[in-house]
Amino acid sequence: MAIEVNGKTLETDEEGYLVNLADWTEDAGAIIATTENIDMTENHWEVVNFLREYYDEYQIAPAVRVLTKAIGKKLGPEKGNSKYLYELFPYGPAKQACKIAGLPKPTGCV
Amino acid sequence: MTDEMYDEEGGPVKKFLYLNRKAPYGTIYALESLEVVLIGAAFEQDVSLLFMDDGIFQLKKGQDTKGIGMKNFSPTYRALEMYDVEKLYVDKKSMDERGLSADDLVVPVEILDAAQVADLMEDQDVILSF
Repeated sequence: MAIEVNGKTLETDEEGYLVNLADWTEDAGAIIATTENIDMTENHWEVVNFLREYYDEYQIAPAVRVLTKAIGKKLGPEKGNSKYLYELFPYGPAKQACKIAGLPKPTGCV
Repeated sequence: MTDEMYDEEGGPVKKFLYLNRKAPYGTIYALESLEVVLIGAAFEQDVSLLFMDDGIFQLKKGQDTKGIGMKNFSPTYRALEMYDVEKLYVDKKSMDERGLSADDLVVPVEILDAAQVADLMEDQDVILSF
């Protein structure tokens, strides 16, 4: 599979995750978001950018429990809870936000 | 057993020891072990990791994997704390043989001598060796 971003074809796996991390741009993220039916707001981007930084530091996409905790630590308890994150990403914050962030599927996510 | 612990939902909490004995690259064991630990963390068991023999090198600082085309996954060991996996042990003899000290490793560890390693193993419900 592949997606089309600014005239460039980016390879994805069968679930829509980017194959090459380095292919990611904000435009690519925005296009993946439309395939997930997500209207990206500043709050969505905040989570996506947080995930990219997390990946950069630890080389993994965190499990949702860990993501929630880590966001709470950095952005405060009103954002570090499942309700807030599931409102942004109804089909799973780790799964959907990772896809939009151009990261691999979180370890242990089915 | 009278001293068995229970988690919040009442399931039994067992003591799991992941024993890592192989170099980080060249075989898939190190990475697979780490993934099992991360996935298993969701089950909220009592988890310890022990590094012995060439497994010590999994924690070595300054890994550069460009030449072998593999991802350097050593930064991921630093994420274990957030998964509530906080008991990391290394075998003293293996460290000494490789000229390594705790300062050479990416995460804080407790160094155990042979007798302490034996006690640690004795204390477990399950030992998974990679």
